[in-house]
Amino acid sequence: MQKQPKSTQWSLYQKEIANDNYFYGRSCIRQNFFPASEKTFLKILREELGKTVLEDPNHTTCTGIGYHSDVVPFDTTQTVVARQFSLMTAMGLKNMALSCITSFGLYTEILDTWHHFPEQLAKIRELLYKATKREFELPENIAHASDVIYKFRNEIAQKAKYKLVNKETGEPLRVVEHIGCHYSKMFPQSGVGGAEFPQVLSGMVEAFGGEIVDYPERRHCCGFGFRNYLVQANRAYSISNTKKKFESMEPFKPDFIITNCPGCPMFLDRWQYAIAEMEGKTYDAQGKGIPVLTYEELAGMVLGYNPWDLGMQMHQIGVESLLDKIGVAYNPEDKYKDIHGNQLPVPECPASLRGKILDTKHK
Amino acid sequence: MVDYCAELEKDIRFQEGLKSCLNCGVCCAICPAAEFYNYDPRSIVTLVQQRNNEVIEQLLKSNTIWYCGQCMSCKTRCPRGNTAGMIIQALRTLSQQLGFFTESEKGRQQYALKKVVGENILNTGYCLCPTMVAPELHVEQGPMWEWVIANIDAVYERMGANYRKPGAGVLRKISDDALQELAQIFEVTGGKEFYKTIEDFSEKKAAEMNLDTTNGPMNDYLVHVYTTNSGTHSGNE
Repeated sequence: MQKQPKSTQWSLYQKEIANDNYFYGRSCIRQNFFPASEKTFLKILREELGKTVLEDPNHTTCTGIGYHSDVVPFDTTQTVVARQFSLMTAMGLKNMALSCITSFGLYTEILDTWHHFPEQLAKIRELLYKATKREFELPENIAHASDVIYKFRNEIAQKAKYKLVNKETGEPLRVVEHIGCHYSKMFPQSGVGGAEFPQVLSGMVEAFGGEIVDYPERRHCCGFGFRNYLVQANRAYSISNTKKKFESMEPFKPDFIITNCPGCPMFLDRWQYAIAEMEGKTYDAQGKGIPVLTYEELAGMVLGYNPWDLGMQMHQIGVESLLDKIGVAYNPEDKYKDIHGNQLPVPECPASLRGKILDTKHK
Repeated sequence: MVDYCAELEKDIRFQEGLKSCLNCGVCCAICPAAEFYNYDPRSIVTLVQQRNNEVIEQLLKSNTIWYCGQCMSCKTRCPRGNTAGMIIQALRTLSQQLGFFTESEKGRQQYALKKVVGENILNTGYCLCPTMVAPELHVEQGPMWEWVIANIDAVYERMGANYRKPGAGVLRKISDDALQELAQIFEVTGGKEFYKTIEDFSEKKAAEMNLDTTNGPMNDYLVHVYTTNSGTHSGNE
């Protein structure tokens, strides 16, 4: 039997991703730190691809951060998730697209639990009814929102205004992809490409013209660790694990990082800033830090959306070096304006990252 | 004496997480917590597998069970289908139910997590809100985040959010009806009782330590558990 090359082993793990009619589940972390990414996802799906994506304003947190911080019991979390299923059922939908990786992992875990312990499903149905008089159907398809962008990567590439190519050299940009742990480490079959060779982000990057960087700590956690970041006394765990990744990727000189979890881009962005402040160390040649993008920002950027509409001014590591490499058109003066075009105060410049963050040309 | 193993086995995550460990140690090789702390997920699985009640009680009172970051990388790697991270979840739940969590520095942090994340879920419908990430408590968020918080309404409006307003969209105000449903779910599923358990044992511990839990949201005990790091957790001390 011929051994399959390592780089194509991901094809053993394929998953079905619904084609249309999604119930959108928002993410606590993404709404806080990358609010425009959720807006961008809906814009791309609805306006570029003509898909139906509905949300219910009564959708709440799934309690995931509380659950993995061990303050919310499993029965409670299952019942809250069952309520989200009930909102989906009431809209006549059967496909979920979830913004959060923690939610995606939890929903997958809960459905797996109910599959193996049907009495648990019966118990949760009873608890939800007792609490809310609600009933629910199980979803037929659960996707992370990055799965959906992956599914339509070629359609997006066809509409793209920019490619992930260095405009000076013509070479593909070198991209680090970071997959949130709960995307497929718990249930490899739930992620495109499984846990070892997840294709969900690398497929997007390659479709948009970039080149994926493989590096030793590619699958290491970003360092969130729930209680290990949420409690101030534990944050050394978080920054140490993030630092381990940066040290591992540094020799490969990535142009930027892309992530599918809402928390990972925040940690990879902020801990770069913190390491620069603490040790004067940056992991790029120019001393500006490596830009970290969400997949929605990536898709919006190649489609030619205004970077400030994409919310890239909410990054601590400036994205301008990346925009300039590709040749993305943007107005640096609009970075800190409000929705009416009025100038807002400008954030202070970090002490250790070279160049002002407002200095978009980074000469 | 409580039969801790019998209690653990009632937890579905314990049943799912513990198959039979062959002590290969692959979980330790991949574990971010093992790299950072004096922590070894293999030992956790070995100890609970041995079913020694006294040893499990020590574990429930220790810092050890609080080191795991819940990345669940152990599940991917274990050749026998064990998940140390799920066994940890069951141990942490039991430790809190029995009040043992207040016996360790890392365990006592559950009070802060309950106060901050736990209560926010019921008060707002979100695990976290922008103003919870206060710049003075989160210097790592940098000057950009200070800018966000200082201009919060204008920034979130620019981002297309519906911040704290009724209706759909990013960071919308969750309706009172939805919050009421959430509260009811917590009531009937034991979530509220669990919060109270954490609170009651923590108040008892705070009294033993002569720390106040009544002087405001950032009370003395909360600040203590949120910030204390004895520096004895890495094994390199």
